[in-house]
Amino acid sequence: MLKVRLIPCLLLKNGLLVRSEAFDVHQVVGNPVHQVQRLNAWAIDELVYLDITRDGENDMRRDDHKIKDKKSLLEIIEEVSRSCFMPLTFGGGIRTLEDVRARIAHGADKVAINTMALREPEFITEVAGTFGSQATVVSIDARAHSEGWEVYTACGSTPTGLDVAAWAKEAERRGAGEIFLNSIDRDGIGTGYDLALIRAVVEATRIPVVACGGVGTFKHLVEGVREGGASAVSAANIFHFTEHSTRRAKKAMLDAGVDVRPDRRSAGRSSRQSTNETPRSAARSSRSRE
Amino acid sequence: MVAIVDYGMGNIRSVLNALEALGADGQLVSDASKLDGADRIILPGVGAFGDGMRHLDERGFTEALPECVRSGTPLLGICLGMQLLATRSFEHGEHPGLGLVPSDVRLLEPGGDLRVPHIGWNVVERRRESCLLGDEPDPTFYFVHSFELHPDNLDVVTGTAPYGAPVTAVVEDEHVLGCQFHPEKSQHDGLALLRRFLEL
Repeated sequence: MLKVRLIPCLLLKNGLLVRSEAFDVHQVVGNPVHQVQRLNAWAIDELVYLDITRDGENDMRRDDHKIKDKKSLLEIIEEVSRSCFMPLTFGGGIRTLEDVRARIAHGADKVAINTMALREPEFITEVAGTFGSQATVVSIDARAHSEGWEVYTACGSTPTGLDVAAWAKEAERRGAGEIFLNSIDRDGIGTGYDLALIRAVVEATRIPVVACGGVGTFKHLVEGVREGGASAVSAANIFHFTEHSTRRAKKAMLDAGVDVRPDRRSAGRSSRQSTNETPRSAARSSRSRE
Repeated sequence: MVAIVDYGMGNIRSVLNALEALGADGQLVSDASKLDGADRIILPGVGAFGDGMRHLDERGFTEALPECVRSGTPLLGICLGMQLLATRSFEHGEHPGLGLVPSDVRLLEPGGDLRVPHIGWNVVERRRESCLLGDEPDPTFYFVHSFELHPDNLDVVTGTAPYGAPVTAVVEDEHVLGCQFHPEKSQHDGLALLRRFLEL
């Protein structure tokens, strides 16, 4: 049977990796290529990069002007795909089939579309028709109201009046192969997924739903699968600030009985050994295996 | 030199990247006459069967690939590339394939609550001794497909993935090899499989 997937979500802004809170506060946390090389050595199943640089954003407000070696999005995709032997999804700023083609030509396997899908739902069908549904992810940013959830657009800044489950269903009908579901309310808060939101979208669709937004402990990943019914669980901030985060996340999920792909590097060692391993020796052994 | 058949179907850069990571001399080949120097050939691909055959034909590969195999060059088909080895496919009509593995390609019908396409990481179970799978326990690979290869002779199936009924995941018939999953997207286990192909 298919394994439940663990998918770190990396947010890019002006070519740098950021952490996000409530879709509003963004702090730079590093270089997007180095960060993925660190994650790649560990136990993850896919990677999602979302470029949240807003259209026409004023360069004077950028906080990255002192950073050298900053790369364009396509250069980032190219470098990441060179060391990253797993499915890669890139989202953000995709407006035309040419944008999709460029990302795939530089090494992306899938693209996540959001604002353009809402502006012209036919765009979902065009992308799926040209590159296949397996390459077409529709990303949805949801905000909770007293009754249900509303779809927001333009990096979570603008309400659309659409119900989230109904929009997810329409995206599937138009050819989306997967839904990437983000809760704006839970973004960067660390209190756990909005499980009712995930359930509502899982029940409305037959395609895989990737849950994102709110993970503060590894237990939340388990909840997203068990209680939310997500096919894959994603998170961003927790992976930036926790040592050996992805391996520990995988272990927590395995220990809770979730059928995830085990960390191949620990094959042959008992789980007890890998638990007792100090971060320093783990880092050493990871280098020796590369 | 390992020739990667470039016929305009899918993200073949990742196959090249994987070979580079393994230290192999991979080269994209978009013209059948350039297959001459290859000691191994990889036929990758994502997309529809009919389009795939048409693009292979336009570039002269439908004749050249069987010839290379006859002269002893190992050929590995990946995903659509494996399905193109079949006799024929029933994906959107009926299309003849390369005929290198006597087989039909038909829609996946896993039954029950299982969704098609089959997308994600799945374990591959060995059916018999396999050059590609080696002997590591529970090799796990990334799959994305809606159609399945059904060989006339089941002995060529060396690995299957549990998805409803066992799904053909690896075929091996002397120099003709294929995997339904994407080794170039399957991290450690995928690179290990490609390394075994390079060492054949």
